[in-house]
Amino acid sequence: MKLDNIYQEEKKSNFAKVSEIIITMASRPSGFIGLSILIFHVILAFISPYIAPYDFKAINPTLMLQAPSAEYWFGTDDLGRDVFTRTILGGRTALTITFFGSLIALLWGGLLGIFCGLVGGKTDDIVMRIVDAFLSIPWILAMLLIVSLLGTSTEVLIPALGFFYGKGIVRVARAATHDVIAKDFIVSARARGHSNFSIIWNEIIPNVRDAILVEGAMRWSWMLLGFSSLSFLGFGVSPPTPDWGLMISNARGLMSFAYWSVIAPIVGLSSLIIGINLTADAFAKALGIDRSTKAPV
Amino acid sequence: MTEIIQKVKNLSIGFKSKKGEEILILRNISTNIKKGETVGIVGESGSGKSTLALAMMGYVKHGLYTIGGECEFNSSNLLKMKNRDLEKIRGRKIAMIPQNAGQALTPNLKIGYQIDEALQLHSDLKEEEREQKISELLNKVRLPSPETIALRYPHELSGGQQQRVAVAMALAGTPDLLLLDEPTTGLDVTTQAHVLELLNFIAKDTGTSMVYVSHDLGAIAQVSDRIIVMYSGEIVLEGPSRDILKKPIHPYTYGLLKSIPKLSLAGLPQSMPGSQPQPGTMHRGCSFFDRCDFSEEKCKSNSPQLEYLEELNTSVRCFNHKSLMNDSQVNQTVNKIKTSLQDKEILNISEVSISYAKQNLLDQVLNRISDDNPTVKDININIKKGETIALVGESGSGKSTILKSIAGLLRTKGGVIKFDQKRNLSSDLKERDPNDLRIIQLIFQNPDESLNPNHTVEEIIAQPLKLYFGLKGEELKKNIKELLQKVRLGEFYMSRYPRQLSGGEKQRVAVARAFAAKPDIILCDEVTSALDVSVQAAVLNLLQQLKEDFGTTYIFVSHDLAVVRAISDRVAVLYQGRLCEVGPSKDVYQFPSHPYTEVLLGAVLEPDPDIKPKLVAEDIVEEKPPQKGCSFQGRCSRILGDICKNEIPPWQITNSGNSIRCHIPLKELQKDQIN
Ligand SMILES: Nc1ncnc2c1ncn2[C@@H]1O[C@H](COP(=O)(O)OP(=O)(O)OP(=O)(O)O)[C@@H](O)[C@H]1O
Ligand code: SF4
Ligand code: SF4
Ligand SMILES: [Mg+2]
Repeated sequence: MKLDNIYQEEKKSNFAKVSEIIITMASRPSGFIGLSILIFHVILAFISPYIAPYDFKAINPTLMLQAPSAEYWFGTDDLGRDVFTRTILGGRTALTITFFGSLIALLWGGLLGIFCGLVGGKTDDIVMRIVDAFLSIPWILAMLLIVSLLGTSTEVLIPALGFFYGKGIVRVARAATHDVIAKDFIVSARARGHSNFSIIWNEIIPNVRDAILVEGAMRWSWMLLGFSSLSFLGFGVSPPTPDWGLMISNARGLMSFAYWSVIAPIVGLSSLIIGINLTADAFAKALGIDRSTKAPV
Repeated sequence: MTEIIQKVKNLSIGFKSKKGEEILILRNISTNIKKGETVGIVGESGSGKSTLALAMMGYVKHGLYTIGGECEFNSSNLLKMKNRDLEKIRGRKIAMIPQNAGQALTPNLKIGYQIDEALQLHSDLKEEEREQKISELLNKVRLPSPETIALRYPHELSGGQQQRVAVAMALAGTPDLLLLDEPTTGLDVTTQAHVLELLNFIAKDTGTSMVYVSHDLGAIAQVSDRIIVMYSGEIVLEGPSRDILKKPIHPYTYGLLKSIPKLSLAGLPQSMPGSQPQPGTMHRGCSFFDRCDFSEEKCKSNSPQLEYLEELNTSVRCFNHKSLMNDSQVNQTVNKIKTSLQDKEILNISEVSISYAKQNLLDQVLNRISDDNPTVKDININIKKGETIALVGESGSGKSTILKSIAGLLRTKGGVIKFDQKRNLSSDLKERDPNDLRIIQLIFQNPDESLNPNHTVEEIIAQPLKLYFGLKGEELKKNIKELLQKVRLGEFYMSRYPRQLSGGEKQRVAVARAFAAKPDIILCDEVTSALDVSVQAAVLNLLQQLKEDFGTTYIFVSHDLAVVRAISDRVAVLYQGRLCEVGPSKDVYQFPSHPYTEVLLGAVLEPDPDIKPKLVAEDIVEEKPPQKGCSFQGRCSRILGDICKNEIPPWQITNSGNSIRCHIPLKELQKDQIN
């Protein structure tokens, strides 16, 4: 007997469903914290250009490496730029690129996974081998290759990241589809003569959607870490645009005497990753999905 | 007075709902289990029977907690005991055989090793003694040649043999109390009868007390001395088994017994309306009130107490038990089924054979299946319009396989399936045109699997309507409402999801979806076996009603011979994918029959302690049909010798039109079977 049968709810609108999920997520302390951090970062990304106290690229040699003060809250960096300004602006690019990168990962990973799960057999074997082979190349090397060949523009970074982070989603989508495909309602739809498209759209996607979304949210935080590493290596965001990865990389040599210039971006980056992670976990729990693989941090 | 070994006192178990309410799963249960007796606990799913059995070994499922009361064993309360102390009791003093215990054996460990582990854990025997004990145990559960069985892996045993191993493991600690949760559910009829007989023997032989939990009154009737009937978390009737089955003085038990189809009765049993209330939705008053034929005004607001009747040694929870007492002999009346059989043949299946063998490369290129000993072979059946024909046989006999080919889900190896005497139906979906797909619809065994959990009832029923008739908008809604009405569901069900429906309601939705296509033929694969007995009769009655209204033809697959007897016009008996006997129901259920039909009929468990199953043949499972000769030769107790091994037996036709495929002449078959 299923215990959640007890309260027989009526059909809800999509809006009601989404808000119910969000409320469930927020009712757990970890989910609440995660959501708050994430929302904070998103809002910050939108409003930071308007609230930034200084110009992020204004170099001022007379103000090099100032310690935090009432004027420069987080101090200044080696070029005399305001660290506070650069920190609140530093998440924008990363957040945008990885958000769209995750959408692409979701799309191709989800669809390919569903396709493999549906057709099964040899096609499935071959496709999965190819996906595995492709992605057993250390992703950072491959990314470096792509970036050095095609440049570091957003149009390159988004699809490249999306491609490399879709692998895990292929696996999850495929496994979820495998579970569904064995069910009699699929057999029933086949026997009625529905088209493959209709079977995927009406029967499979509603049943695998949750698992794929959760995986996508998880991948987002991985991708953020990956993208920041690229920036750190100098292949992500190009200067002078502020970016946490880039800022950490620039300031790391100064850590011993100008700790402020490195702490602020580290806090920014790690809090966002933790925020997304906690949110994804809470999302999974709210949907009743058991995640066995754990977050990267 | 006999010693009491387990005393359950005022036990209530429940959980907290999301809103913080306390919801009871077990309500104030009290009962005693005496030494050496077998107590059967019956009830439909959700009535709390497994929760009670688990509590008897001091186990409360995760998420549930004890609200009050105790389970006393050896004068200590198991529910308050520390885990460390419980471990000393579980397995040694109280053992449990859970549902599907046979399948839960560790697949990569040898049987002997697994029993040895149980012995190490639950007994103080030394290594040398254990070896001896293992064969002793295997002998006790009557497994052939224990030495070789001990060296086998679980997958090398049949379902019944696995279940015996599970029993052997439970006996390893020589328990005083053995709890069995649905130990034979999911086994074949013949296997089930054998396992029950074994359990009976063990109970007598070792004096172990047993608590036998099942939804199946037929199985309970064969083993129990005393029966406890549960309904929505309460005991409603408790007493000596014979009295309860013959003269049930509680309306629920009375109705339940009336709704079970019997072998001796053709026609559909009366159904009980409604379904058991969900925990937490119980109102004041008697929990059976909504479904009760004997209810009065006072039942609505007053809850009856469990009342002990000295003269009958029975406890009953009903205000009106007295009126039932005078006339409670279960006189089953059945609704005779009207056959809507017409002369016209609607489906001709000739020489069909189906194989699961892997195609090799050459076969793939030539697009053929080569297998000289296919899973299903020589199927010839002509089905008339409006007929209900049943395919019966044990699991693995190919019933579902044949249905799949008719539905176009599985390619046949050879043979022809012809619709309406003119159109050949390809066994490959892709080669069927939409109309061919529409005329044949399927209803599956388990509605949990056959309804998409993310679709509402409306969306589910809309699918065929949109696909085949292109209905939209108001027209679509109107049709859905009509269909729901046909299956006796209200309009408000449209917005429900399958998880918000009871088992019987889900199956009704599946029925509505099948009828939405306006099919000529409906294939029913075990459509009632996932349902509770009290709901089963209602679904069968519904199917019959719809068939009479629409003139639909049913091909009905079931392992339950009594259900088949109730609903079908004609029966085809299958063994190992080969037909053994085909004929009108009333004749198949009468002698002479094919030796295999005789085995099947003998093994049927009736909810009557006076009707014992007849165990004619061994319950071995054969993996493959024999290469030549009679398909049943491996288990036939009447095998004639070489002729059965080498020659396919001929069809013999009785005067009443029953065809039997056996080398034994009809006269002799009849003579022996009547004795
Ligand atoms: N996909 C498959 N591949 C190989 N063998 C199969 C497959 N499906 C079924 N079989 C085998 O075909 C035989 C017939 O199976 P089928 O499912 O038709 O039996 P059934 O009579 O419906 O049994 P049940 O009562 O258990 O549903 C069995 O021996 C089974 O093991
Ligand atoms: S108490 Fe009333 S409603 Fe309950 S079972 Fe008895 S007669 Fe029926
Ligand atoms: S033909 Fe032989 S083996 Fe087959 S059922 Fe008849 S007697 Fe038994
Ligand atoms: Mg089957």
